[in-house]
Amino acid sequence: MEFISLLGRVFIRFLRATGQLGIFTLKSIYHCFTPPFYFKKIAEQLIEIGFYSLPVVALTTFFAGAVIALQTYTGFSRFSAEGAVSMVVLIAVTRELAPVMAGLMVAGRIGAAMAAEIGTMRVTEQIDALSTLSTNPFKYLISPRILAGVLMMPVLVLIGDIIGICGGYIIGVYKLDFNASSYLVNTWNFMVPMDIISGLVKASVFGFIITLLGCYSGYNSKGGAQGVGSATTRAVVSASILILIFNYILTEIFFNS
Amino acid sequence: MIENKDSEHKKFNKTLVQKTMALFSSKREIPIKIKLVNVHKSFGKKVVLDGLDLEVRKGESLVIIGGSGTGKSVTLKSILGLLTPEEGSITIDGVEIINASSKVHEAMNSQIGMLFQGAALFDSMPVWENVAFGLIQGHKMRKKEAKKIALEKMAQVGLTHDVGELYPADLSGGMKKRVGLARAIAANPEIIFFDEPTTGLDPIMSDVINDLIVDSVKRLGATAITITHDMASARKIADRIAMLYKGKIIWIGTVKEIEKTKNPYVVQFINGSAQGPIQMTVKENE
Repeated sequence: MEFISLLGRVFIRFLRATGQLGIFTLKSIYHCFTPPFYFKKIAEQLIEIGFYSLPVVALTTFFAGAVIALQTYTGFSRFSAEGAVSMVVLIAVTRELAPVMAGLMVAGRIGAAMAAEIGTMRVTEQIDALSTLSTNPFKYLISPRILAGVLMMPVLVLIGDIIGICGGYIIGVYKLDFNASSYLVNTWNFMVPMDIISGLVKASVFGFIITLLGCYSGYNSKGGAQGVGSATTRAVVSASILILIFNYILTEIFFNS
Repeated sequence: MIENKDSEHKKFNKTLVQKTMALFSSKREIPIKIKLVNVHKSFGKKVVLDGLDLEVRKGESLVIIGGSGTGKSVTLKSILGLLTPEEGSITIDGVEIINASSKVHEAMNSQIGMLFQGAALFDSMPVWENVAFGLIQGHKMRKKEAKKIALEKMAQVGLTHDVGELYPADLSGGMKKRVGLARAIAANPEIIFFDEPTTGLDPIMSDVINDLIVDSVKRLGATAITITHDMASARKIADRIAMLYKGKIIWIGTVKEIEKTKNPYVVQFINGSAQGPIQMTVKENE
C-alpha cells in the first residue's frame, strides 16, 4: 500500500513538473513574438552563444570528424571499401556528430551559465525587482536567450560541419594517404542538401531545448547557493538527455519516414 | 477658584472634542490608497495570510511589524502582484490587483517603488544604470536624460557621481541600500515599499537609512509601507504601526499608542521577550 502511495506521489509530482514546464514553454514562445523586443539583449546572447561557444564546438567537431575517418578506415579496409571514408565522414558529421556534439557542448557551457545567472537573480530578488520596475522578466530575460539559442545554434553547427569534415580530410590525406583532390571531390559528390538541412533543423531544436531548460531551471530555483547549484545541474542533465532523445526522434522523421 | 477650575476643564474638553472632530474629519477626507480585504494566501499546507484586512491612506507611512514567517513579505509581494492570493481583494486607488492582467500590473507597478531587503541590484549594470533602469525600461526615457535624473536621486541619498560608475559588487551593504532607495524613488512613485530596510546594517547606518526614508517619503508625498523587525526603525518611519501575527493584523495604531498598548502580543514583540503569548517554533510543523 505504501509503495502504491509513493508511486502515486511520484506520478503526481511528474505531472505537476510537466505542466509547469509546459506553461513556461508556452509563455516563453508567446513573449518571443510579442513586443517590446529587447534587441540589445538578443544581440548580447547571440554573441554569448555563438561567438564564445565557437572554440569548444570547433574543437569537438574537428576531433569527432578525425576519429570517424580513422575508425571508418580501420573497419572498411577489411573489405576493401576505403573509398567510402569521405562519404561516411560527411554523413556522420553533418547528420549526427556536429549537431549532437555542438548541442551537448553548448548545453554544458550556455545552459549551465543561464541557469546559474537567472537562478542567482531569482534568489537575490532581482527578478522581482524587474517586475517592480515595469519590466516583464519573460521578455527581458527569457525570450532573448531562447531566440538567440534557436538562431545561433544552426550557425554553430554549420561551422561545425565544415570543421568536422576538415578533421576527416586532414586524417584522410595526411595520415591515411588519400589523394587530397579525390577526397574533396568524393565529399562534394556525395553531399545531399538534406544532410545539411537535417543537421541545421536539429541544431535549432537543440538550441531551443538548451535555452528553455537553462532558463526554466534558473527561473524556478529556490533557496540559496545550493538551490542555484542544483538548478545548474538540472539544466545540463535534462538538456543533454532531451538532446539525445530528440536527436533520435528527428532522425526518424527525416530519414525513416 | 472652583468655578475657575470648572471653566478650564470645560475649555479643555471642548478643545479635545474639536481636535478629535478635526482628526476624524481629516481622516475621512484622505482617500484610501491601498486596501486589502480578507486576503488568504497559502503555500501547500502552510497558511501564510489568513484573512488579512488592511487600509492605507494616501500619504500615510504604515509600518508592518511581526516575527519571521508571519506573512509580512508575502503581503508586500501580493500587493505588487508577484504572488497571487487564493481569496480576497487587493485594490490600489480602487483598481483590483488580484488576477488582474499583466498590463494592469505593469501600470500599477509604474507608480510603485520598492526597496528590497538585499537591495536586489542588477549585478551586470553599473550603479547609475541600476537607478535609471525603471526610467529607461518602464518610462521609456532616453538614456542621457535618465542618467541625469539617476545622478540627482543618488545625490539625494548621499551618493556622489563617481559611485555611479561602480558595480554593485564594489559597494558595502549600506551603500547598496542607498542605491536601492535611489532606484525606488527614481521615478517619483506614489507608493513606496520598504522590505526590512535596516536589516544587516549597523545602528548608525540604520539611522541614516531611516532618515533617508523619512526624507524621501515626505519629499515625494508618497504612501509608504515598510516591513521590519526593527522597532527603532518603525518608531522613526511610521505614522501608524500594524502588527501581523499568524496571517492577520492583530493590532494597529499610532507610534504613541503602541507605547501605551496592553496588547500582550505587541508588548512581547516590542520588548523582544521570549516569554509571552507568541511562542517561537523551531520546526514549521510544531
